Amino acid sequence: MTTPHQQQGAPVASYSSPIPVRKAHLGDALASEWTKIRSVRSTIWTLSVMAVLIVGIGLLIAVALNSSEADIANEQVLFFGFFGVLLASVCVMTLGVLTVASEYGTGMIRTTLTACPSRSRVLTAKALVFFLVVFVSTLVLTLVVGALQVSILDTAKAPTNEEWFRSTFGVSFFLASLGLLSLAVGVLIRHSAGAITAMIGVVLLPMVVAMFLAVESLAKVQEALFDYSIPNQLGVLYTDAGVDSGPQGWEPVWIMTAVAAAALAGAYAVLNSRDV
Amino acid sequence: MIELEGLSKRFGAKVAVDRLSFQVRPGVVTGFLGPNGAGKSTTMRMMLDLDNPTSGSVRIDGRHYRELAEPLKYIGALLDAKAMHGGRSAYNNLLCLAQANRIPASRVSEVLDIVGLTAVARKKSKGFSLGMGQRLGIASALLGDPEILMFDEPVNGLDPEGIHWIRNLMKQLAAEGRTIFVSSHLMSEMALTADHLIVIGQGRLLADTTMAAFIQENSRSYARVRSPQPERLRDLLHTAGFTPVEVAGGALEVDGASTERLGELAAEHGVVLHELSAQRASLEEAFMQMTAGSVEYHAHGTSDPGRSAPPGPRWGEGPPADTGPRWGAGGGSGTEGI
Repeated sequence: MTTPHQQQGAPVASYSSPIPVRKAHLGDALASEWTKIRSVRSTIWTLSVMAVLIVGIGLLIAVALNSSEADIANEQVLFFGFFGVLLASVCVMTLGVLTVASEYGTGMIRTTLTACPSRSRVLTAKALVFFLVVFVSTLVLTLVVGALQVSILDTAKAPTNEEWFRSTFGVSFFLASLGLLSLAVGVLIRHSAGAITAMIGVVLLPMVVAMFLAVESLAKVQEALFDYSIPNQLGVLYTDAGVDSGPQGWEPVWIMTAVAAAALAGAYAVLNSRDV
Repeated sequence: MIELEGLSKRFGAKVAVDRLSFQVRPGVVTGFLGPNGAGKSTTMRMMLDLDNPTSGSVRIDGRHYRELAEPLKYIGALLDAKAMHGGRSAYNNLLCLAQANRIPASRVSEVLDIVGLTAVARKKSKGFSLGMGQRLGIASALLGDPEILMFDEPVNGLDPEGIHWIRNLMKQLAAEGRTIFVSSHLMSEMALTADHLIVIGQGRLLADTTMAAFIQENSRSYARVRSPQPERLRDLLHTAGFTPVEVAGGALEVDGASTERLGELAAEHGVVLHELSAQRASLEEAFMQMTAGSVEYHAHGTSDPGRSAPPGPRWGEGPPADTGPRWGAGGGSGTEGI
């Protein structure tokens, strides 16, 4: 076919923009993800609900115990923050999943990856921003509720520094890592409802299955399922007194970090090779 | 400059894009035309590195898209107007894109002004109409003031004023020396905006030509003639060396005949005419004919896909023998001008 345009020769002087070209890097992706996470209402909502759960439930338990006759002299007081944090984990998982899956749901992901073709950079920025938001919020909330509990339940023994550290920093790190796992699952599943369901299953299923495994020959499996279930690991972080099997001390944090890292590695691999 | 080299995409057994090679040149509006499902969007997604090609490559100014550190400054794309987070304000939707490419935040207000969304900048984009969403998408494409702009079906959902606006915008952007690549399934729209034309069908390149050449090659002109004595008229035309084709309403269409010649011929032999008019097949029709026969007209040969078919069975009156009725077999053979 004859194509006259080919004889048109030299192209028209091409356009050059007055906007300076500066090489973008991870910091720019972080700024972008920070704008994203702070500018949607679901972030504000989930974090508010999380605050109400952690502080509210922690306070309720402390007040109830204080007015009762229960003997708490030898209890680790900070443990009473456990129930609020366990429920708040649902908020963290939801936020983690939504950070990624909402982009797929709205189609924003195509715009995001057009603006930043390095998918690893996008995922790294998302994971970092999300992790820090959850970690800092949980740290503040657990510190607040811990301080309130200690001041209300002044008849109990004061927590040691190690107990304080694990019940605040450790719990926050654990929860933020659980959030990272949800974020990775969000990348893998790409569907908000599906990914949130999967994560709730991850949290609840081992315990539920363990309950039904009341068979003599499977006692070991039952015990392992219970010990390594997420609620139990979270509880161990508060207090491992009397725990003689399964993770102890700081181990839940390492386990959760390793699981989240493995899931994120999968998310990187899939995101880099998959069509959007 | 965008260069495609043997670009192919296969989804399972289905070949969506089949060895596409073409160039998109700067300074002109290049129309990317094909029926729905021809592979236009898939091709555009591969250009932006959203989908991985099965084989072949796309280069933007000689580089792969993934090698561009701040791609928005090279290439701005409107793929899907709804590709924004509805819960975020228009301003914030653009701001996070700008930040990812180190574009100053002041530019966000500028592009919102260009597309006329300043008044709703702080409103959630969820509540935007289709046309406003389209404008927001265009704003995101313009954000980096890029040299190359890609629009996938930009006039979809726009009102006439909006369509007019986007046409002028594209022309103005091209005049500034930018590369404009715009897809459409409407030939009539392309005829108004594009200087260059790339047509694909079933993922294959069917034509890569200038708009002017396409119009010249494809707008078949013919005369339409109707008479209460059709038998006599037909014999008369045959004798004169024409091959009339009967169409609905008892009229005849005669290719390559001027109305003057037919009028004189009828008068000479005393045939009564009720209608005699010059017709020009629409480009839409030429386009449909081209894409319907895409199996026959694949671009790897030297055949000239631009030639419109001889006045055989026209589009819409009988399905082409060798292809399935891909393009609405019920589509009429209207002669509406463009």
